[in-house]
Amino acid sequence: MVNYIWVFMTIVGFVFAMFNGTLEEVNKAIFDGAKEAVTLCIGLISILVFWLGMMRIAEESGLLNKLSMLFRPIVNRIFPDVPSNHPAMGYILSNMIANMFGLGNAATPLGIKAMEELKQLNGGKNSASRSMVTFLAINTASITIIPTTVIAIRMNYNSASPTEIVVPTLIATIISMLGAVMIDRYFYNRRRRKG
Amino acid sequence: MEFLSLISLGFIPVLIGFILLYGTIKQVPTYESFVEGGKEGIKIAFSIIPFLVGMLVAITVFRASGALEALMNWIRPAMEAIGVPAEIVPLILIRPISGTAALGMTSDLIAVYGPDSFIGRLASVLQGSTDTTFYVLTVYFGAVGIKKMGDALKVGLLADVVGIIAAIIVVVFVFGSN
Repeated sequence: MVNYIWVFMTIVGFVFAMFNGTLEEVNKAIFDGAKEAVTLCIGLISILVFWLGMMRIAEESGLLNKLSMLFRPIVNRIFPDVPSNHPAMGYILSNMIANMFGLGNAATPLGIKAMEELKQLNGGKNSASRSMVTFLAINTASITIIPTTVIAIRMNYNSASPTEIVVPTLIATIISMLGAVMIDRYFYNRRRRKG
Repeated sequence: MEFLSLISLGFIPVLIGFILLYGTIKQVPTYESFVEGGKEGIKIAFSIIPFLVGMLVAITVFRASGALEALMNWIRPAMEAIGVPAEIVPLILIRPISGTAALGMTSDLIAVYGPDSFIGRLASVLQGSTDTTFYVLTVYFGAVGIKKMGDALKVGLLADVVGIIAAIIVVVFVFGSN
């Protein structure tokens, strides 16, 4: 499906540009897009190195394990295929916690690490396992306690109460998180029925 | 307010301090572990480059050609018909595709309509409560070499729809619609 969407966006863009007289912009966009992607990755290096370094300490000291014990009952229900003492659990949880505090930067390395563990759990196959789809779903609808960036923007534009959106955001993300889990379950059951 | 921003500011230093102290108490060779873990970060950053280049080129082309705007104009009446304010439609459509573009639109909406207006609040909640599904998908699956994504994209996008609907309802409910 990603293959189709990818080709669709590119081809439709080209065809549209021909009729719309935006070929010049599109030519520029090809190289701008590529450059932006590389810049983004280079920018990620510092964050990835720092947080993965920190998390290694947390892992070796057993802190990550403690964390997964704490939330075991809830997360076990969401990820029935992951053994509760598996390192994947610790990374999934730290990723969720980083997301909760609006630390997108810290969340990415942890999420990648969690995926890596889930892949190993799935025998190293290059197709997404059930747990991976679930993890992705709750990640795109991650619970946010403190939307740091948004608060900063609101302060910037002299809001009378920059943080008044904190509770509504929390409620909205809890709803979307529940929605994500249910949608994920629905598709999983459908896959299973199809065999 | 003061309290909340103190939490946000203090959270990272406290977290790092705690990890370091806990590691020291448990006699982990902290610095060496940090370096070992960090090395992995470099590998991951380089391995996602091709995935992001491919995705971002397609998205940028789609946007620069004007196709995205046309698509938005085409969808807009349907969205308005179900009660989504017109001003917010571009943000909703761009949110799963591009995080930076969405952040730009959110600041723009807040700047134009004011942070304490209905549109400003709705944009704030939307920005905070949904994530860039395409980016998460590309980066997470790209970094570990998942080629067959299964239902992941479908599930992610449907979850976004739920999030958007939830955001609109909650904002109307909490602040009223003006």
